[in-house]
Amino acid sequence: MSDIESGNPIVETRLYGCVVSDSFGQVVLHPSRDAYITTLKQLIDDSYLLCTDLTAVDFLTFGGGEGKSLAQRELPVGIQPERFEVVLNLISLENRTRIRVRVQVPENEPVLPTAFDLFPGSEAMEREVFDMFGISFTGHPDPSRILMPEDWEGHPLRKDFAVGRIPVQFKGAPS
Amino acid sequence: MAIVRDVLDDGLSGLEYNFLTSRIENLVKWSRSRSSWPATFGLACCAIEMMGTGAANYDLARFGMEVFRASPRQADIMIVAGRVSQKMAPVMRQVYDQMMEPKWVISMGVCASSGGMFNNYAIVQGVDQIIPVDVYAPGCPPTPETLIYAIETLHQLIEDGEIMHRRGASGAGANVHITEIPAGAISTPVIIGTR
Amino acid sequence: MSSDLIAATAEGAQEMRSRSNLSAKEVLREVGSVLRMTESEAAALSSIDGEANEDQTMIINMGPQHPSTHGVLRIMLELQGEKVLRCKPIIGYLHTGMEKTGEQLTYMQGGTNVTRMDYVSPLNNELVFSLAVEKLLGIDGDIPERAVWMRMLLSELNRMSSHLLFLATNGMDLGSSSMMIYGWREREQVLRFFQKVTGLRMNHNFIRPGGVAADLPAGWRDDVLAILEDLPARLTEYDVLMTNQPIFRERLQGVGVITAQEAVALGASGPIMRSTGLAWDLRRDMPYLKYEEVDFDVIVGSYGDAFDRYAIRLNEIRESMKIVYQILEKMPKGNYRIQDKKVTPPPRARINESMEALIHHFKIFTEGFKVPAGEVYVAIESPRGEIGCYIVSDGSPKPYRIHVRAPSFANIQTLPHMMRNGLVADAVAVISSIDPVLGEVDR
Repeated sequence: MSDIESGNPIVETRLYGCVVSDSFGQVVLHPSRDAYITTLKQLIDDSYLLCTDLTAVDFLTFGGGEGKSLAQRELPVGIQPERFEVVLNLISLENRTRIRVRVQVPENEPVLPTAFDLFPGSEAMEREVFDMFGISFTGHPDPSRILMPEDWEGHPLRKDFAVGRIPVQFKGAPS
Repeated sequence: MAIVRDVLDDGLSGLEYNFLTSRIENLVKWSRSRSSWPATFGLACCAIEMMGTGAANYDLARFGMEVFRASPRQADIMIVAGRVSQKMAPVMRQVYDQMMEPKWVISMGVCASSGGMFNNYAIVQGVDQIIPVDVYAPGCPPTPETLIYAIETLHQLIEDGEIMHRRGASGAGANVHITEIPAGAISTPVIIGTR
Repeated sequence: MSSDLIAATAEGAQEMRSRSNLSAKEVLREVGSVLRMTESEAAALSSIDGEANEDQTMIINMGPQHPSTHGVLRIMLELQGEKVLRCKPIIGYLHTGMEKTGEQLTYMQGGTNVTRMDYVSPLNNELVFSLAVEKLLGIDGDIPERAVWMRMLLSELNRMSSHLLFLATNGMDLGSSSMMIYGWREREQVLRFFQKVTGLRMNHNFIRPGGVAADLPAGWRDDVLAILEDLPARLTEYDVLMTNQPIFRERLQGVGVITAQEAVALGASGPIMRSTGLAWDLRRDMPYLKYEEVDFDVIVGSYGDAFDRYAIRLNEIRESMKIVYQILEKMPKGNYRIQDKKVTPPPRARINESMEALIHHFKIFTEGFKVPAGEVYVAIESPRGEIGCYIVSDGSPKPYRIHVRAPSFANIQTLPHMMRNGLVADAVAVISSIDPVLGEVDR
């Protein structure tokens, strides 16, 4: 369990019961949606008490537009790529290390259990993910929008939500 | 008596222009321009520059803007400093409506004037979609010198009476026409553009 | 018309509901969760908060247009007399869609977008973005020494100007309008230096992936020394004006108390976490740039109240001055940006001579340089706490997803816990001691 901290090379590819990959020196765990909360509890027991960031990514047009398969993404063996991914960054203050957790969330059922009971600081961040991506967190005490007005329709950071540019006309340009 | 009746009915513009009343009118316009107090409407980065303009180095107080009034009822100018988001737009309209006439608006910075570099779903592309603007100050953020120039331009317009003439002729500043919505009616959208 | 506007500005479920509508889960959230209590314990604790029935409490709304909310922060408070029972911050009034806009801009243009998030310390935003992009490109070990030290110099000067702004606004919120003028007086000196180096007073877009945009101008040492000479005497003035003044102390000591456990549970970093006694500063604990080679102390408080946070920020200005003196000695000569043709545009004169230089210039400024696919999270210590940048790249010249972890977004979550059972007159002091910048909260 503490191969990372002792500096030994990781022989097994599983840490805290999850598949592991590496991102520029930072350990990344890939739990499944069912194992998500148990993984977080194990991390808390292992002194990862500070949750700095909880965000999401929409991989709909990864690799350049619809029609390209999601298989272009680099995921460790055994992880099924889904449209959404929720990413957490945790810090262990004792060991001065970071760890990242990436969970795949499918498009047809964008639901994930809330991390609020374990990390109360994730409350506003989960609301932002809900507002921007439409991923609901079961058990969240206040599942309302946070950045957009209450009557806004749509989830702005999804790839199928347009930027909303208005066309800019220059004086003298042929319209 | 007739003079008093005219003023009671139409305000200053009711006075027939003659030697005596022109002096009063000029005095009123001069004092309005020299003592216009802004309402605090700092939103984003431009607010920091606005605070810097009010501080000792660039000092707005020497132009008559002695205090930034927090209450819109006591303010003359609304300097919209920063980007206006979708959530903030009705709040801004509410604050503008609470200001007493005569009131003027300076749109400070490119985000307030036209949406700036944020041409997207979240930012209102120019506050003149919502409130009538008298002076636009470009910059991202405008340096304090630019803001002072904009304020001085506004003061000059007030002192010349240009603004009151323009408003009377074409309707409030940047050609925004708000149709009166009678109480109880279904709300109709704001019509932008010439009537 | 006005009733339409009232309907238009109401935010429904985002606002605070009265206590009788609270479910047990909400009570847990507001009171007990950070202490990891059970639901029944939290419910018991919240009823101790004064056996107030419904008609004795009042829900009032503060903001979003308010002189003391540091931008467009809206706070709903439930009061019993003068005591604040509950508080809920409502944000989103400055939401700019920067993360969506960031996906439309190339990596070279990304700095202009990111720099407007925390507009009080813009160079730190650019720094974290550039560090993240360089890590993805794989050039983070090849940045020239001079560029690294220049970045440190600008970052520390920006920390000083941000804390000076905090002193100014904190003083004014507590009633000392002369402090506002004094704080800005020093800040103007730093901003003038920035204008000399970067060309702009704010929102510089100077720290770019690959280094910095231009070299330091001649005579920069004298300018920095002039700033550093004036500051210690002025800081002593502020100590006399504020720190040792009994009224100031009464207003800040014991106000807005937060414990270390709460701060860690809520993710509050920076001066808030340090005020509780935890000595966590990314410059020392997870060093970036060349912070291992400079000598500085991490200022830590003991009571977790607003006075500690004020004192920490005041003394951090002194520590930053120490660091800047060391940078002045150690600044090496060399290039100010990496000489990798794919990332850095060529010098303008070369465009006339070399076809290759012209093509590189054209490609970099129109299409942008391609960044290999991957994901990265880099964090630095901004004046408000840990600011992080998470970039997912798919090999194209524009980021696929850019997310900035803003420190104020997490810090604002501490507001309800700090304000509970305090007086409404202290609400302004508490908000000001958190020092939020709404641009990065809402992005």
